[in-house]
Amino acid sequence: MNAPTSAALLSVQDLRIVFDGRRGPLTALDGVSFEIAPGEILGVVGESGAGKSLTGTAVIGLLDPPGRISGGSILLNGQRIDDLPAEAMRKLRGRQIGAIFQDPLTSLHPLLTVGDQLVETIMTHLPVSKAQARERALQLLREVGIPAAETRIDQHPHQFSGGMRQRVVIALALCAEPKLIIADEPTTALDVSIQAQITTLLKRLCREHGTAIMLVTHDMGVIAETADRVAVMYAGRIVEIGPVEEVTRRPRHPYTAGLMASIPSVHQRHAELNQIDGSMPRLNAIPAGCAFNPRCGSATSFCREHKPGLPPSGHAAACHFPLREAAHA
Amino acid sequence: MHEDVTTLAPGLDRNPANGGGMSNEAILTVKAASCRFDVSLPALTRLISRAPRRILRAVEAVSFAIPRGTTFSVVGESGCGKSTLARMVVGLQRPTEGSLRFADIRRGDGTFGPPRVQMIFQDPYASLNPRWRVGDIIAEPIRELKLRSSEAETGIRVGDLLEVVGLSRTDATRFPHEFSGGQRQRISIARALATEADFLVCDEPTSALDVSVQAQILNLMVRLQKEFGLTYLFISHNLSVVRHMSDHLAIMYLGRFVETGPAEQVFNRPRHPYTRLLLETIPDVEKPNRERRPMSGEVPSPISPPSGCAFHPRCAIAVERCRSERPLLRNDGEIRLACHLA
Repeated sequence: MNAPTSAALLSVQDLRIVFDGRRGPLTALDGVSFEIAPGEILGVVGESGAGKSLTGTAVIGLLDPPGRISGGSILLNGQRIDDLPAEAMRKLRGRQIGAIFQDPLTSLHPLLTVGDQLVETIMTHLPVSKAQARERALQLLREVGIPAAETRIDQHPHQFSGGMRQRVVIALALCAEPKLIIADEPTTALDVSIQAQITTLLKRLCREHGTAIMLVTHDMGVIAETADRVAVMYAGRIVEIGPVEEVTRRPRHPYTAGLMASIPSVHQRHAELNQIDGSMPRLNAIPAGCAFNPRCGSATSFCREHKPGLPPSGHAAACHFPLREAAHA
Repeated sequence: MHEDVTTLAPGLDRNPANGGGMSNEAILTVKAASCRFDVSLPALTRLISRAPRRILRAVEAVSFAIPRGTTFSVVGESGCGKSTLARMVVGLQRPTEGSLRFADIRRGDGTFGPPRVQMIFQDPYASLNPRWRVGDIIAEPIRELKLRSSEAETGIRVGDLLEVVGLSRTDATRFPHEFSGGQRQRISIARALATEADFLVCDEPTSALDVSVQAQILNLMVRLQKEFGLTYLFISHNLSVVRHMSDHLAIMYLGRFVETGPAEQVFNRPRHPYTRLLLETIPDVEKPNRERRPMSGEVPSPISPPSGCAFHPRCAIAVERCRSERPLLRNDGEIRLACHLA
């Protein structure tokens, strides 16, 4: 669709992922295209099963069979990484792309100290001695805001609280100073007051190191406060993409508008929440035309036959009849 | 099931003299209820290592009353004791001190007695038996409590319940794995209503759901409350959901209520520094605060809570008195507040 610009750090073009099943392949990602610039935070938001985590998994090359990339390309710094052999991808992962997952307890080895894990990761990717690696590990722990790093480095993950563990996971992702971090629901398992600490930390790292972050989450609030741009996914496609302010305040896709309206407000109480009736289609029953048409209030017969494309502009919606400004007045 | 609740727990006596049927009458009155867990090491180990006994104070001297037909919410971060409180109310946990008292009520069908209490759990993937058909899951309380005389009547009741929660009668023959998270939570609600419940304890009922599904479930709960005159005890960490649902709420920190009162008043004018912290830190779509400076620190362990006001290590306005003297809940209009300074 749109040619990779030289500025993009990550460029995903028309990515398709299918799962081979007994009854034929199921299309899980259907032509997803987006770019992330250096130092930018791209939020990817959507409901469970929309394909947001799958996109992240494909970028870090951790897609498990029966899932496979059936089309499109993923370019990091202009180089294709989706067809790299497993060994080359393993080197790239951690060195150039870091990952932060939802549950900090399962992403850390329970029997190794935090220091061991950091030192091992650093020595895998960087040509340093063990002493230098430990020094860097300490520096990383301080950087992610762990108090008394000198004593904490020799403790095991279970001795850390949830928020502190997530900081350790972030430190692990930062070991080799990757250019891109895939953060999959990094704050979902945390309490609200801790959540804010972690998003602030991510933003600071972005600013100070120029690291780009692909922030996958279902929480619009986290996106609104953290991301620069946001991509809204529905049934394996990006339905709307654009600057956060624009998308949250003036959504153009009816799905985005419905999603925004269904979030209860802390500022006032409404008698009834706006709800989008029905649920997202299963992969084996994605409607023809626009996948959202059965739940859309303004769908026409045209929507049921023609799949809308995502125009290549700053704030774009994959909709035949995008909402206009007036609709939000 | 509800009868087990009232007979098993010693602190959970009922008071027939309290009278029922009045809509503004408290259906549940909790007086200075505490729940402590002994988390000491085994006796011999403790003796050898000369370790003291360790008591986890999950809930400390909590008092509140819930008027019939209203929603009372308990908000707090993980480990604050909100789920223990919910378990005490349904009788899964006995209070170590204090009492929980259900008033006898007069129901729509003319019967008089203690309210039937049911619980809706957080994870709809774990709270439904995967090997049972949905119809059997919902029919079990009806069969167990002998609420219908024949199997045919039970089947009709199950079908009605499925329709009440927005599913179809034919779903009774399907298994839980055939349903999405939101639909499973509807099944949980149908199962709770099967006992002709009057009082539902909802422990984070929507936190495992997507926002658009959450909206559907919350709307359903509000509609059922109006239709059947249900009373809810709503446990959540999500303040915007709580604002949407509650008539009254309590903010809990380390086992104690720090602020409680009518929901609108608390949200419009939060007084306790912890309430304000919570309201300020929720990521907000409407008014994103991108340059926020988050409050540092974490919730301390309930095994060794800080002296004085438990919140003082994280409080921006704490003074010497907060470190030494624990503030008691005091009345400020309809609000009850535990802070020396607010």
